[in-house]
Amino acid sequence: MAIDILMPALSPTMETGTLAKWMVAVGDTVRSGDVIAEIETDKATMEVEAVEDGVLASVMVEAGTEGVAVGTPIARLAEDGETVEDAAATAAAPAATAPQAAPSQEAVVDTVAVASAPQPQAEPVTPPPAPSAVPSAAASDAALDTSSNTGRIFASPLARRIAAERGVDLVALSGSGPHGRILRRDVEAASVSAPAVATRTAAVAAVQGDSRVEPNSQMRKIIAARLQESKATAPHFYLTVDCEIDNLLAARRQMNDRAPEGVKVSINDLIIRAAAMALIKVPKANASWEGDNTRLFTHADIAMAVAVEGGLVTPVIWAAEQKGLAEIAAISRDLATRARDGNLAPEEFSGGSFTISNLGMYGVREFAAVINPPQGAILAVGAGEERPVVHDGQLAVATVLTVTLSADHRVVDGAVGAEWLQAFKGYIEAPVTMLL
Amino acid sequence: MATETSFDLVVVGGGPGGYVAAIRASQLKMKVALVEREHLGGICLNWGCIPTKALLRAAELRHSIDEMQEFGITVSGEVSIDLPAVVKRSRKVAGRLSTGVQHLLKKNKVTVFDDLARLGARRGDLREVRLAGGATLTAKHVILATGARARSLPGIEPDGKTIMTYREAMVPETMPKSLVIIGSGAIGSEFASFYLDMGVEVTLIEAMDRILPVEDAEISDFVQKAFVKRGMKVVTGARLSSLKPSAGGVTASFEGGIEPVVAERAIMAVGITGNSESLGLEGTGVKTDLGHIVTDGYGATGEPGIYAIGDVTGPPWLAHKASHEGIICVEKIAGEAGVHAIADGSVPGCTYCRPQVASVGMTEAAAIEAGHKVRVGRFPMLANGKAIALGDDQGLIKTVFDAATGELLGAHMVGPEVTELIQGYAIARTLEATEAELIQTIFPHPTLSEAMHESVLDAYGRAIHF
Repeated sequence: MAIDILMPALSPTMETGTLAKWMVAVGDTVRSGDVIAEIETDKATMEVEAVEDGVLASVMVEAGTEGVAVGTPIARLAEDGETVEDAAATAAAPAATAPQAAPSQEAVVDTVAVASAPQPQAEPVTPPPAPSAVPSAAASDAALDTSSNTGRIFASPLARRIAAERGVDLVALSGSGPHGRILRRDVEAASVSAPAVATRTAAVAAVQGDSRVEPNSQMRKIIAARLQESKATAPHFYLTVDCEIDNLLAARRQMNDRAPEGVKVSINDLIIRAAAMALIKVPKANASWEGDNTRLFTHADIAMAVAVEGGLVTPVIWAAEQKGLAEIAAISRDLATRARDGNLAPEEFSGGSFTISNLGMYGVREFAAVINPPQGAILAVGAGEERPVVHDGQLAVATVLTVTLSADHRVVDGAVGAEWLQAFKGYIEAPVTMLL
Repeated sequence: MATETSFDLVVVGGGPGGYVAAIRASQLKMKVALVEREHLGGICLNWGCIPTKALLRAAELRHSIDEMQEFGITVSGEVSIDLPAVVKRSRKVAGRLSTGVQHLLKKNKVTVFDDLARLGARRGDLREVRLAGGATLTAKHVILATGARARSLPGIEPDGKTIMTYREAMVPETMPKSLVIIGSGAIGSEFASFYLDMGVEVTLIEAMDRILPVEDAEISDFVQKAFVKRGMKVVTGARLSSLKPSAGGVTASFEGGIEPVVAERAIMAVGITGNSESLGLEGTGVKTDLGHIVTDGYGATGEPGIYAIGDVTGPPWLAHKASHEGIICVEKIAGEAGVHAIADGSVPGCTYCRPQVASVGMTEAAAIEAGHKVRVGRFPMLANGKAIALGDDQGLIKTVFDAATGELLGAHMVGPEVTELIQGYAIARTLEATEAELIQTIFPHPTLSEAMHESVLDAYGRAIHF
């Protein structure tokens, strides 16, 4: 019996995704566990594994198709003893088979995503709140908030199916049905108007002759929406401090000289450790605004901004204050590598209580970052460079690193932010204290 | 006490369009007046839907006596029909509901005028409504819900005795021996079925190539065969050339070589025409087309502040369409959010002949003509356990899906109680369910509705019981 491979849900909130690439072609033999396709979601590209053996009989969704609804059959496997033609024949018209195949659960095998182990917690993943630290009401409120923020899309089954067929992204639509439910007419209006807009833009571009239109990726749209939300809702304020890091550089050299094979601590790892320690020392800075409540995080869950092709992701080092430098170094290197390769699982880059963005490697002296919502603060790290400093009335040269804290004034007041920066600077300038 | 004459909204006509609009407007805090010239509830309640259902119920009970023996019940003695009592009950049912509407309007603080209304002058953004009784009402908005009346054909004047319209056909004093019915839409087919069950020789005439021409062809065919089997004469493709009193009562002659039909009486059921005259539309921006007022999807006419809903705006002439239009129109006036015009194919239609007919959405032919690649499912009541147990296993449920999207384009049913079943498919269409949701829905056993499920399964090659 032919087996339909369905579009997998790579995260609990995923509704649609882009089928980026097929790794196998019709006629290829597929073994359970083989990677057969790559799927692009909000922020990551993930691999889809086959969970059955067979021969790929037909491909129902071409590579590059956007807005493929979760559960849509994307390909069909012929099992042993079945010819590819037989299996494909039952899939005669791909569009027409989808409806037929979907309900027949017994013939349908779910695919699993390699990187997926979607946790039940919904996006944005918030670490379990510490019951002692927050009012008891916060937990239930948070649950409510989560449900309204999970991005669940209310759309009719027909609207979903037509959207999947025409590659319309339901996220971008506003529904005209009861309570904003997306109906067929909304999808049809969107799929009619979209090309019209593109044509007009193209015509204008031709006149100017110096621009082109590229469709925004899912990641770009998410980045745009989240950062716009942050700037629009979180009143940002900025605190800047210079840190002398000659001691830090010396300590790092000593560590790396004596470290076991394969362990290499970077300045960034030390900054992560110092930020984590400072968050534990000044817990009021480790907080998030939730309207009626403020969420105070138990751990320093440090998200690190990693630039990737077409945008950025923020993988999280959970409970960084409990991790040694060697461990932080190993985790951060692994996360950064996998982030650049687009191989992070959604739960690895969702959530966190605080973010560090480092543009020092580009020679940026100092900058102010936009808070990564719903977090309360972000630290922008510039380049460490030799600058003239004054020590005891004497001009001297020191390696100086300028950091700027952007904080959400709804939860972090100026004094709290300053206190946190002071703690951070203390750890950075006297690295021995970080080891305690 | 001086009667109030200044309102937010005046509704002209108290039928299922008008009184529903008035109540909804009152719910939305408007000050509302309703003008009704004859009886609250309109034709539907007084001379249409409701009293005919009372008559058809009598016919059904009469018919069931013939079936008793099959169920092991013997009825001895003579079965007779007390026609005046049958008609009297039908009138009583109508009267009870009309009184009910009166109470509902009172409860919702709608001021009712038993009068004849006509549009008056415009005063700024207010409109005058002149009543035949002398009073003048003013309102910012006026909804015309004046309904429709039986249409005839050129040269044929129903006299109400040998040539009747639905109105006389509903209150017969005696049963004719024979009857010819011109027109096989819902009204014609229901009267044909009623009179046939009451023992009258019935000939049903249709100008189109099949009876119930708006229904799916397979359904029309099914009903026609059922009628003929019961002893009715059905003549299709017959264009009436004349209908004249003759020695035997009345003679219907046709174009072409079709044999004339002689019967004791005739019923004209060739459609209805809007009551758009004498409303004072002259000189306003309100436009009419063949007697029907032209409106947009929200009841707005070409004249600001004047709206029209229901039968006076054209087919389908259905009470539930009128009610829904009334609600949409009022909500639009009130600026409510999320108001949408009635979507194509979302008005279900029911015909209460025996066997009953119900449908929603597109026929198979219409779907194909609209460019859909379709998947069609069929399930006969013959294979439905409940229908067999009821002794009423003649029926067919047909579903039409778009092959590409799985949209339920239309559903067409004939058989026992299908008028009560159609709303299942109507809900599915409103919710934009696809075949997947319908297939996954559990239909209770043993019910007639299981046939609805099986029809969907059949469209996807998965029917279990046939």
